[in-house]
Amino acid sequence: MLRNYFSLRSILLTLGVAAVACCAIAADAPAPSAEERLAALEAYVTNGDPGKALTGVAGPGHNAWMMTSTALVLFMTLPGLALFYGGLVRSKNVLSVLAQCLGIAGFVTILWWAFGYSLVFGKSFAEGGGFLGSVLGGTEFLFLRNVGSAPNTDYAFWTSHNVFAMYQMMFAIITPALIVGAIAERMKFSAILVFVGLWMVFIYFPLAHMVWGVTGLMNGVWNADASIRAIDFAGGTVVHMSSGWSALILCLILGPRIGFMKEKMAPHSMVLCMVGTGMLWVGWYGFNAGSALAADGIAANAFMTTTIAAAVASFVWPMIEWITRGHPSILGFCSGAVAGLVVITPATGFVDVSGAVIIGILAGAVPYFACTKLKGWLKYDDALDTFGVHAVGGTMGALVTGFLATSSVNANLTGSYATKNGLAGLVTNGGLWIEQLKAMGLTVAMAIIGTIAIAYFVKATIGLRAAPDVERQGLDLSEHGEEGYIY
Amino acid sequence: MKLITAIIKPFKLEEVKDALAAIGVEGMTVTEVKGFGRQKGHTEIYRGSEYTVDFLPKVKVELAVIDDLAGKAIDAIVKSAKTGKIGDGKIFVQPLEEIIRIRTDERGETAI
Repeated sequence: MLRNYFSLRSILLTLGVAAVACCAIAADAPAPSAEERLAALEAYVTNGDPGKALTGVAGPGHNAWMMTSTALVLFMTLPGLALFYGGLVRSKNVLSVLAQCLGIAGFVTILWWAFGYSLVFGKSFAEGGGFLGSVLGGTEFLFLRNVGSAPNTDYAFWTSHNVFAMYQMMFAIITPALIVGAIAERMKFSAILVFVGLWMVFIYFPLAHMVWGVTGLMNGVWNADASIRAIDFAGGTVVHMSSGWSALILCLILGPRIGFMKEKMAPHSMVLCMVGTGMLWVGWYGFNAGSALAADGIAANAFMTTTIAAAVASFVWPMIEWITRGHPSILGFCSGAVAGLVVITPATGFVDVSGAVIIGILAGAVPYFACTKLKGWLKYDDALDTFGVHAVGGTMGALVTGFLATSSVNANLTGSYATKNGLAGLVTNGGLWIEQLKAMGLTVAMAIIGTIAIAYFVKATIGLRAAPDVERQGLDLSEHGEEGYIY
Repeated sequence: MKLITAIIKPFKLEEVKDALAAIGVEGMTVTEVKGFGRQKGHTEIYRGSEYTVDFLPKVKVELAVIDDLAGKAIDAIVKSAKTGKIGDGKIFVQPLEEIIRIRTDERGETAI
């Protein structure tokens, strides 16, 4: 009791000192009025501008959701994507896929800390106008300097800047990890790391800034000066199109696996694949609903559209299989779910539930065609179908968003920035899809040209492929010195 | 003495074991094996890739019996392992030259 009494007293004392300190600071500026303080609390509830009464304060509820979302998006890569892909390779290569996902997570984090975040979400390059600011951010956040717990109100009124930076980092991690699917079972680990480092610098960081940076070229919703008034809620262009198209080019330059189309290369564990799919689906709530950057109504709508689209697509894909080939396969359910999540990604915070159903049906059918027919006709060895699911699905999603986006679920589509740059008119009167096409064209061009340049550079310097005997033995033992399964 | 080797459908193992025990067979060795005969393999499809799987999982049962018991053992296996559908398996019968129980060094029929 006595101890409790003293600790209570010390807390009260501390509070007293804090109150005095607070008053001393407040003495410089006039204290906010009761109305201003009330307005700030209302702004917290509506995810609006708090004004001066709560400047620099993160909202606990919004912050809680964003920290949860951050962890969920990491969970998509580790271990979600790692298991989804890991189950689909042969058992001699399962660890190489896990190593690639883990390696990318650590490496991209270092890049993000050093300069990635600043290049994407800074805005110092935009000072004084000029083109550079519309394609890259700035230098003010190098080494995550000036990234503290106070919100960066350019992006979120109530989410801590450091939480925002970590949240966006998880997107930077999963995007190159998606490419791994196309080049699995044959690319050298060292070559993957070098490729990913260059790819982040020359493709991901500029693209992410263009789409999401407040001074970005293609940020229709938040940049009043955007020259391409496109919209991309959670990363259809930045994440799925960029990784998917780059994956196609890289797997073409790399060449097919030894024995492709001759030997059996069936998945070694559909169980792991299904476990990974479930984790991806759960994690995707952080990816999509979290992209509202607040626990608000837009996030709630994204949560619903994500669920509906994923569920519909995960059902449509295996039903097509059942009708055309006689069996609804586990890989069909898994592929449909992932395709649904991919296609809804750019649209999730902009479309209503009917839009989500349409997207789900398209996502179950079109990537199915790409993976089962297109791939067979063109004979490229996209080992785990990164192109078929992410490029085809992401491209379709970006376009469909142009037709289905509605300001009834997201008032920002007709907000002040969107009104200024003309996006609001395009959303209301139609024509947004043309802007989406421009953004898609730029994304595909950057992904293809950038990947060709980087891949040939890596090929010429350290080489892309593992030696043939290494590939035959399996990458696990020869590149990582371990085996996935010891019976 | 005879060595009887039966290749059967995996889910029939319990029935075969019980049928053999019922006629007095006291031991056997069981191995999970793969193979094909007239049943051939099956096709697996993973998205766009189709693979033909030639070797199907089967169970191999090996037992040693005295000559008098061989006919009954074979009948028991045939009766218990039969489904009437293709892929029921085969039984191979060979003469057995010698049997040694390692623990006691007993030889011949007493070692079965």
